[in-house]
Amino acid sequence: MTSATPTAALGEVGEFVPRLGLRRLCGFLFAGVCLLFSLIAVAALIALMVYIIRSGSSVLSMQFLTNPASQLEPETSGLRTSLLGTLWLISLTAFCAVPIGVGAAVYLEEYATRNRFTEFVQINLANLAGVPSIVYGILGLAVFVRWLGYGRGILAGALTLTLLVLPVIVIASREALAAVPKTLREAAYAVGATRWQTVRHHVLPAALPGIMTGIILSLSRAIGETAPLLVIGAAAYVSTVPGGDLPQTWSGITPWIKGVLFSEFSALPVQVYDWSKAPDLIFQQLAAGAILVLLAVLLSLNAVAAGIRAWHQSRRIS
Amino acid sequence: MTAVRLRGIKERAIHVFLAACALLSIVTTLGIIVTLVTESVPFFTTPVDDGHRVSILEYLFGVKWTPQFIPQSFGVLPLISATFLIGIGSLLISVPVGLCTAIFLSEYAPGWVRQFAKPILEVLAGIPSVVYGYFALYFITPNLLRSLNDGFGIFNAASAAIVVGIMTVPTISSLCDDAFRAVPRTLREAAYALSATKLEVSTRVVLPAAMSGVFAAVLLALARAVGETMAVTLAAGKMPQLTLDVRESMQTMTAYIADIASGDVPAGSVIYQTIFVVGLTLFLITLGINLVARLILRRFREVYE
Repeated sequence: MTSATPTAALGEVGEFVPRLGLRRLCGFLFAGVCLLFSLIAVAALIALMVYIIRSGSSVLSMQFLTNPASQLEPETSGLRTSLLGTLWLISLTAFCAVPIGVGAAVYLEEYATRNRFTEFVQINLANLAGVPSIVYGILGLAVFVRWLGYGRGILAGALTLTLLVLPVIVIASREALAAVPKTLREAAYAVGATRWQTVRHHVLPAALPGIMTGIILSLSRAIGETAPLLVIGAAAYVSTVPGGDLPQTWSGITPWIKGVLFSEFSALPVQVYDWSKAPDLIFQQLAAGAILVLLAVLLSLNAVAAGIRAWHQSRRIS
Repeated sequence: MTAVRLRGIKERAIHVFLAACALLSIVTTLGIIVTLVTESVPFFTTPVDDGHRVSILEYLFGVKWTPQFIPQSFGVLPLISATFLIGIGSLLISVPVGLCTAIFLSEYAPGWVRQFAKPILEVLAGIPSVVYGYFALYFITPNLLRSLNDGFGIFNAASAAIVVGIMTVPTISSLCDDAFRAVPRTLREAAYALSATKLEVSTRVVLPAAMSGVFAAVLLALARAVGETMAVTLAAGKMPQLTLDVRESMQTMTAYIADIASGDVPAGSVIYQTIFVVGLTLFLITLGINLVARLILRRFREVYE
């Protein structure tokens, strides 16, 4: 805000002429320009959707979902391997990232006293959230693939994605925990609950909708992540689904799980990337079809998150 | 008595577990720094194929990047210039569109438009970057750019900048929207009482008051654009060249890493080391931009009580 005194301002412009009509007209035009620019974003979204539906709808079929990817016969190529790869990848990521992320948020919000250290952790989390995803890929390549020797498998990919989504989950969960009223905790302490009992039975349930929304949104981001998986070494043309066929005997379970965790894998966005790079029209259509499947998954996850949020808000008001 | 003791032990164990979870974020940061640095050091200390050592100066200021060809040359400037050309080009789209969207949403739009617009922006932010890459390669380049000018290549920097700009609109609009809404109502009402129009209130009261937030939003969008990988890899291709001609293919730092790492590179080779050197450069640049953004937010925020 400038602090020019009225006399100085008058001295500059001479006598004040309102010209309200002109100024209102300018204001009206400005509003129009703002609206127009806002619509550019909407137009881009519509153009993207329409273009992808138009080029991808021709390949969509049940076979497209169940056939394995094939470079030699693109006509019968499908998403079986990459869909299963993504499913395993995201389940494992959620399995690792959710307890750790929520745990870290609970620690920072409920346990830790505010001091230099927690402040440092907070700044560090914000910075980690800004680290490009491909850098996490490099970290995963060096630590999980090479150093720990997990190879270019689903385990290495899931651990890399875990590190990638952790900051987002922690930040979102902290916000949800901070929104829980203090009185709830004090009431629990007053009847003799320990700190963990208070958190477990009162604070966490109250913050659950917010935490769930954060988790779903961060996992949907992980589903679309391509760059770190490329660096880790996800391949587009993997002939078998993770682990191969389901084990028929009890003794077959251990090698099967090993196969799932350590054998090479594909994932939906990696498949999209690989088909997009290929020059033929058929691959272009396959890529668009795969994008449609990917977007359907992501949009339904977004809808679930929005639903939870709306339900939570309606409950809070009543 | 034992029940109480047991409960105490359980409480203690949970406390330790939760603290370990929080500590993991610091371990991650350390892990990133340690791996990037330890794998980068050999790149500068061991001689490359033609026998000479690449010095840091040669790396930072060299104008040719040809690690896979003979003669090898390791000047990172072409990658950096492409990264910033596309990054700053994307701001030409994301700043006006994002800023206008934020002004419109916070100052003009009625509640129901906001309710409608927020999910659209969220969807725009949630679309994976590989999808934007596809859109740039098969829609924007052939249908928009090449119909304007024949000089556009199949891979070009302009299409990459356009889609990265679209991708980062939600970053700018939501951060600016937050900044505008943090400006107290009383400030606007005081201006309206002096018979200022909505335009004057938006541009001369709200915008200056929220300026630190706007700058931070622009920087964070730039950091995202610099770290963006898949859209630029698909749209801009993989020709590392030092040029300002946006109709040509160029390779950003992220695109180089993605290109090299997705092939099979033997560990310990010079090419393998370049992944980490370029990764370290990228990490330091984005970290720098993020820190400056946070500094601006903290130093120049106007606090109204």
